[in-house]
Amino acid sequence: MSDATTPTAASFLAHHFESLEKQTHAARLGMWLFLATEVLLFTALFAGYAVYRYLYAQDFAAASRGLATWIGLVNTIVLVSSSFTVALGLHHATRGDGKGTRTFFLLSFLMGLVFLGFKYVEYSHHFHAGELPGRYYAGELLGPGAPMFYALYFLITGLHGVHVVVGMTVLAVIGWRAGRGAYARAYHVPVELAGLYWHLVDLIWIFVFPLIYLI
Amino acid sequence: MNDLLRRILFLPPQASEYARQVDALHYFVILTTMVGAAGVFAAALYFFVRYRRRSDSDVTPHVAPRFVHELLFVGGPLALFVLWFAIGYPQYVRLSLPPKDAMDVYVQGKQWMWKFAYPGGPNAIDTLRVPAGRPVRLLITSRDVIHSFFVPALRVKQDALPGRYTQTWFTADRPGRYEIFCTEYCGLSHSSMLGQLVVMPPAEFDQWIAEQRRGLEVAQDSTPRPGERVLPASSLVDEGRRVAAEQGCLKCHSVDGTRHVGPTWSDLYGRDERLATGKTVQADEAYLTKSMMDPAADVVAGYQNVMPTYQGRLSPPEAAAIVEFIKSLRTSALGAGPSEPPAYESVPARK
Amino acid sequence: MNPSPHASELAEGYAPRNYLNSPATGLASWLDTRDHKRIGVMFLVATTIALMLGGIFALIIRVELLTPGPTVVDAMTYNRLFTLHGVVMIFLFMIPAIPSGFGNFLLPLMLGAKDVAFPRLNLLSFYLYLAGAAVALYGMVHGGADTGWTFYTPYSTTTVTKVVPILLGAFILGFSSILTGLNFIVTTHTMRAPGLTWGRLPLFVWSIYATSVIQILATPVLGMTLLLVAVERAFGWGIFDPARGGDPVLFQHFFWFYSHPAVYIMVLPAMAVISEVVCAFSRKNIFGYKAVAYSSLGIAFVGFFTWGHHLFTSGQSPLTGGVFGILSMFVGIFTAIKVFNWTATLYRGSISFRTPFAYFVGFLFFLVFGGMTGIALATMSLDVHWHDTYFVVAHFHFIMVGATMMAFLAALHYWLPKISGRMYPEGWGLVAAVMVVLGFNFTFIPQFLLGNEGMPRRYYAYPERFWPLNVASTAGASVLAIGLFIVLVYVLVALKWGPIAGPNPWRSRGFEWDTPSPPPPENYETTPVYTHGPHEYDEHAPGVPAGVPPSPEPRHV
Repeated sequence: MSDATTPTAASFLAHHFESLEKQTHAARLGMWLFLATEVLLFTALFAGYAVYRYLYAQDFAAASRGLATWIGLVNTIVLVSSSFTVALGLHHATRGDGKGTRTFFLLSFLMGLVFLGFKYVEYSHHFHAGELPGRYYAGELLGPGAPMFYALYFLITGLHGVHVVVGMTVLAVIGWRAGRGAYARAYHVPVELAGLYWHLVDLIWIFVFPLIYLI
Repeated sequence: MNDLLRRILFLPPQASEYARQVDALHYFVILTTMVGAAGVFAAALYFFVRYRRRSDSDVTPHVAPRFVHELLFVGGPLALFVLWFAIGYPQYVRLSLPPKDAMDVYVQGKQWMWKFAYPGGPNAIDTLRVPAGRPVRLLITSRDVIHSFFVPALRVKQDALPGRYTQTWFTADRPGRYEIFCTEYCGLSHSSMLGQLVVMPPAEFDQWIAEQRRGLEVAQDSTPRPGERVLPASSLVDEGRRVAAEQGCLKCHSVDGTRHVGPTWSDLYGRDERLATGKTVQADEAYLTKSMMDPAADVVAGYQNVMPTYQGRLSPPEAAAIVEFIKSLRTSALGAGPSEPPAYESVPARK
Repeated sequence: MNPSPHASELAEGYAPRNYLNSPATGLASWLDTRDHKRIGVMFLVATTIALMLGGIFALIIRVELLTPGPTVVDAMTYNRLFTLHGVVMIFLFMIPAIPSGFGNFLLPLMLGAKDVAFPRLNLLSFYLYLAGAAVALYGMVHGGADTGWTFYTPYSTTTVTKVVPILLGAFILGFSSILTGLNFIVTTHTMRAPGLTWGRLPLFVWSIYATSVIQILATPVLGMTLLLVAVERAFGWGIFDPARGGDPVLFQHFFWFYSHPAVYIMVLPAMAVISEVVCAFSRKNIFGYKAVAYSSLGIAFVGFFTWGHHLFTSGQSPLTGGVFGILSMFVGIFTAIKVFNWTATLYRGSISFRTPFAYFVGFLFFLVFGGMTGIALATMSLDVHWHDTYFVVAHFHFIMVGATMMAFLAALHYWLPKISGRMYPEGWGLVAAVMVVLGFNFTFIPQFLLGNEGMPRRYYAYPERFWPLNVASTAGASVLAIGLFIVLVYVLVALKWGPIAGPNPWRSRGFEWDTPSPPPPENYETTPVYTHGPHEYDEHAPGVPAGVPPSPEPRHV
């Protein structure tokens, strides 16, 4: 698995770019724009959350207090740490050490699993307690705001969860390729972009956590 | 002049002073648009002819604008647009702030008919009777999807939203019959959700409404359609008392001022209530309706939020009846007949 | 586009090796292509088919409205038809036609680049378009939706028709739109040839760039909103359901936050085309390059803050309404800047009244009246009367069909020689242009008056006093349809038998005309170096020798 020949810088250059530098610039810019669209996707949900939080302030506060804050906190720590290990993986890629990248990406991947595990615990608790969105709500009736809170709760954390899964897949593929020596010190843009994506997943959680669990 | 322009532009008859004012703005906007557009097209036409291609090897000079040109391009239209807005915006604001002495009519849209209920109890389907020359406030809601109440002759339109009230008002000054349309697409028979506005001479209207209140005569056009549940043509206040008793409101709310689980309804209407959040609201129609649908939103200081929502349990006419019942529980008004015109502060349109 | 070798293709002026015949000519080579020109052509073909479909829906609607009562279809079918007409025209034609079609073809050529920055993503964008169209079409065939293209809740969440496939179709199309926008922004930033500074960018690129900004910033919000409606319909989570404490008006805010800027996704590319056409056919530098370029960005920016003007009658506070009203007027200012600058460009030009220029004239007319009626609608008390009447219908058709379709047709005629290497018949072109412009006016001017008269939109049946104007409108629509049909026929004929155009039949200074027609797969043999802008026609501009000899007329072979 380690006998792949070291690629040269020229072998990364696509035919329509003048130089590798421009290609790298284009890839980075494209990724940042993509991340902007992802942020806006969540912004729509956050805006909806803000509107209903304003309309049903007490119900939302009560429902939010019912969440297990310690799980949210642990998950925050897990995700932030996984971002740190992704950064370490990128650091190894800049030095041309594909195996180091693989190790740290694997670590991040495992932390993603831990995150999902805690999410599973949380979700199964909500299912048992009947704390479900809209017409499925069977929990303690605090007011019309509670089913709405859980609708938005499941939408936001669910969409974020999908992003975690996608991010883990990206880390796995890129980490595996890095371990096979697919990238070089001169060109490791895919590693960088995978890292950027994971940081976004982390960053969105940083917003979700206080919004849903704390305030 | 007004009539000529109105006919050229195919505008319907103007049944109110407001409609005439809006039309005046309309003429001004159309005329300035025409003059401005004619200027652009005349210039373009002149250029087409004057600078047509004479030979295939023409070269042209490099012409660049000076700053003053671009300033003119911005300033000219901006001044015109702001002028339009300066006329149109106050008209819009006026339309959203009904006068205090307006007569209330509750309007309810439903697939695919309009229902109108008067404070004294009478109600009608698809025909709205109003007196000429007196301001009328419409409190509009919907029972299912979004509708929109539109009277072209009044130049007035307001969406009917399920679960909340919106309002608009008008003073029709020409007796006659005018069309009411639904302008928000609401399903299969959207285009047959038509109604009629009947503007009556004030004396005639007073006589009609008095007859309605006495329950001596049910107007022909208020005959319920098969399957439509209508409120009995008794007083809306009585209906409200009945509904409040049925729904159990009176288990927690007293009507004589005694303190109970919930705030008393006696003298509630128009009172400034201090809320648990520290804010103060005036108990107007909007607040009362909202408190039925979403009791947790504005809890009065000193009370626990134990009331369930009545969203879906009260139909809009029932909610309206309860509001009218509460309005009748003013100590000064106790014993007075339901025919007394409602007094209220105008509520600013809610978002 | 027939790739088989043809005698005339060996003729002078027709590039023997071009993107149509190399690297291969088979269908597989098209479906698997990374070439932006081929992807652009595929988009043009697909969007033209969508235009025909939407046009057929429109004609049935007009025929139905020929009489006050039922005419040819029942109410349910009618309600589905206007919904599908809107969905097809907006999501399948207007939004992708100029940016993804002409934009794809031209952007790299205008930048002196070999391709867009992400060719594979570009192809994915096309397949997402096809997938979205397929899902939406599935919904149309299996029941259709009757919500109107605006999907207002709570009607859209309670109606019995098939709304979800159409929502998902629009959602997928949104991704196609986002990827195209992203690709174009990156391409404009990173792929410009040496010497092509921002101050020398073709105005087409400026406008497409502004369009792309809107596409990537607004579309995700629409995607989320449509998903919320789908979730609400499928599972009843109550986000927009008033019976569960939801706010149906919140949907309108979300929806218009995308869909108002989306109007500029449709009209900015039209402005892009017109800026090129007006320079080429008046053989004149643009009057106020910076004003035209920056006003595109201005429209893109302000367009995000005007959505509330769709809610003037929904009971929002007068203050909120006033802010949205005044901001809406600023969009009008930016548009006015463009109109004045285009008109001033004609001054001391050398105007050649060919078909693309005829469409420019139509465009100017429709944009001025469509724009001015838009400002009138932002004049709030007038909107209360006009809201959701035929006045609004006529207004946005003036902008979206009038302006955008004129620009689409102008682009089709102007760049047909570049895309196919062949010329359309000028006489037929002018005849069709006159029919389209007149037919369009006869269709929609009566609708302005219907709106004044108070006829609400989306009405299957109407009171008899609206009858005469409806007949006039339907008559106009049939003239418009015949005009468009003529265009379709002669363009298809020209693709195979049209005279060879040569690399630059218009003697335009636009950069895309520097390559052979049709262009080779790599666009330019060597990367060009630019020393001047694309809109310079004066005798001192570099590369224009005084008294240039006339270029050979297009020849029939």
